[in-house]
Amino acid sequence: MHNEDTLNQKNRNRSRILADFRFRAYGILGLVIAGSALLFLLGNIFSTGYSAFQQTVITLEINLDEDRLGVTSTASPEEMQEANVAKVVKQSLYDLFPEVKKRKEKRDLTKLISLGAELDVRDMLLLKPESIGSIITLTVPVSSDADQYYKATLTGEQFKSRLKENQKQWLQTLIDNKQVIIKFNIDFFTQADSRYPELAGIGGAVVGTIYTLLICLMISFPLGVAAAIYLEEFSRDSFMTRMVEANINNLAAVPSVIFGLLGLAVILNIFGMPRSTPLAGGIVLALMTLPTIIIACRSAIKTVPPSIREAGMAMGASPIQVTFHHVMPAAMSGTLTGTIIGLAQALGETAPLLMIGMVAFIASVPGVPTDPATALPVQIYLWAESAERGFVEKTAAAIMVIIVFLIVMNLLAVVIRNRTRISNK
Amino acid sequence: MPNNNASASNNMNESTRASIPSLQTTRKSATNSTQTIVRADNVNVFYGNTQALHDVSIDIQEQQITALIGPSGCGKSTFLRCINRMNDVIDECKITGQITLNKEDIYAPSIDVVSLRRKVGMVFQKPNPFPKSIFDNIAYGPRIHGIAEDKDDLEEIVVNSLNKAGLFSEVKDRLHNSALGLSGGQQQRLCIARAIAINPEVLLMDEPCSALDPIATNHVEDLMWELKENYTIIIVTHSMQQAARVSQRTGFFHMGSLVEVGQTEQIFQNPVDKRTHDYITGRFG
Repeated sequence: MHNEDTLNQKNRNRSRILADFRFRAYGILGLVIAGSALLFLLGNIFSTGYSAFQQTVITLEINLDEDRLGVTSTASPEEMQEANVAKVVKQSLYDLFPEVKKRKEKRDLTKLISLGAELDVRDMLLLKPESIGSIITLTVPVSSDADQYYKATLTGEQFKSRLKENQKQWLQTLIDNKQVIIKFNIDFFTQADSRYPELAGIGGAVVGTIYTLLICLMISFPLGVAAAIYLEEFSRDSFMTRMVEANINNLAAVPSVIFGLLGLAVILNIFGMPRSTPLAGGIVLALMTLPTIIIACRSAIKTVPPSIREAGMAMGASPIQVTFHHVMPAAMSGTLTGTIIGLAQALGETAPLLMIGMVAFIASVPGVPTDPATALPVQIYLWAESAERGFVEKTAAAIMVIIVFLIVMNLLAVVIRNRTRISNK
Repeated sequence: MPNNNASASNNMNESTRASIPSLQTTRKSATNSTQTIVRADNVNVFYGNTQALHDVSIDIQEQQITALIGPSGCGKSTFLRCINRMNDVIDECKITGQITLNKEDIYAPSIDVVSLRRKVGMVFQKPNPFPKSIFDNIAYGPRIHGIAEDKDDLEEIVVNSLNKAGLFSEVKDRLHNSALGLSGGQQQRLCIARAIAINPEVLLMDEPCSALDPIATNHVEDLMWELKENYTIIIVTHSMQQAARVSQRTGFFHMGSLVEVGQTEQIFQNPVDKRTHDYITGRFG
């Protein structure tokens, strides 16, 4: 009888250990699947996008001839705008290939360089009018087609280039002469959107996103924390407060596009705020982030032990003093973590920004929050719609930028959490 | 106040009986030149529909230690928390009757709860130092009440309070370390030091030693003996030995009523009420 019992016991123990082992194996399997899916996704984005951080450029010697430009060094800025910069840029190319004579071939040749070259020359004229009449050396981006072709030749990738055979030959000559090189694409980070992939940059969207998030934070954080403090510490349990609580929880689950519609109807149409601006976008995202912050702050306040409140009260601290001297310092790390998670969510939102017009094509970096701007996710959406190969790599690069943003924000949350925890000790 | 529950007459009898030793005490203490500082008069406390305290009347003498004993849930802590109005925060808690501190009704509308708590300090069952430095824990009260005139003054208050609590020699090298790094007994003495830093008239102690080991308990009891020279102490305790050791007067609570109150020796050696006798001899509770 006794032996039987121990045998049963042994069997049961073994099956328990096996169950334990199986459960752990499932867990590890799950982690491996999730990890490889993530790696695949990131790898895919990185391999598509890393080339956008490089740009093929051509060094041109441009003769700023007065006759071809049609202006002199004493011309007014208005006249400079009228200067025929296209002519001098094209001429510098013709000089490189004197054998090209036919009109059609000449046009093919000029298609190798970006329109950005002309813009650069015009900027140069406005900045240094005295350079007119001299020969300047300028490094300008090549056209997107040429850029893609060169990048493909570097990696050995096969694709159907839009370049014609003669264009390929000219490009190869320039590459052999070291006149066409590939370099780090700083413009990608400083420039705004453009219709030409080789000129399009993420700078405008990054600045727009930063403004939008700052406005979102400035509105939602104080409001959310104040609402959470009131609901947790001061409100009495009544029908009204229960209604408010239920609505806050529901608001957190409302699809973001609804907030966009609300923003369109109220913020733009009733309050007449400027369309497509980080100001309006920030307000809409603040509405969306508010429930997240309230819920996070309330649960952080709930975890503060009542003994701390009692200690404060027994020392003769008023309710406000108890809240701000004892409860909030203890609840701050949870609140900040929740806030950053809410902001990270807002960072990825596209739909509400589409509704208030931040989807517009904005070719300049916004200076103030009331300038029209676009945001990173919207920029990704816009570029993803473009079929050109140049925009495909830009899309992936923009996704990398937004991922870096998210990582930085989450690291910030971790740092803040650790900081406040240490200062509590 | 008319009573309409079944135990009403019973209650009345007890309070009459209990009033006999309390009369003696008054006479005795008159020679010690002590006088009543806190007086409770027919205090009833309701939590929603349940009544937690029934007609509690008690006089607390100045510069004495009064112990409140009784089985769990008998209302002694509830009564203690009425004296500094800690029950105010509970929405459904309702209090009738009168409690006076120095002849002033503490539930009068003109009374500011904050200034009441400045006069009536409290030490809790579980040590609850603020998650700040030892110095800041003590300095908090003087700071919010504007007691200290300048930095030196504040430092003096902190050092004095720690000295009175017998903690200074142990922590003088780490005043700016976290209070959470102290042992349980040290934390409790820190809480006592924090409470006396604002110089209250009455010190309420809600089972201050129940979370401490015997050595730390001993420390705290010694401290209470010293503190009673300057403060009036009301202590709720589950330990009858502790009540017998430290207090001059003892009140016995049972089922929400104050059954008997009197000199500690009299309560422990010659209780008037049978329930007190049963409790003290360990027949229930």
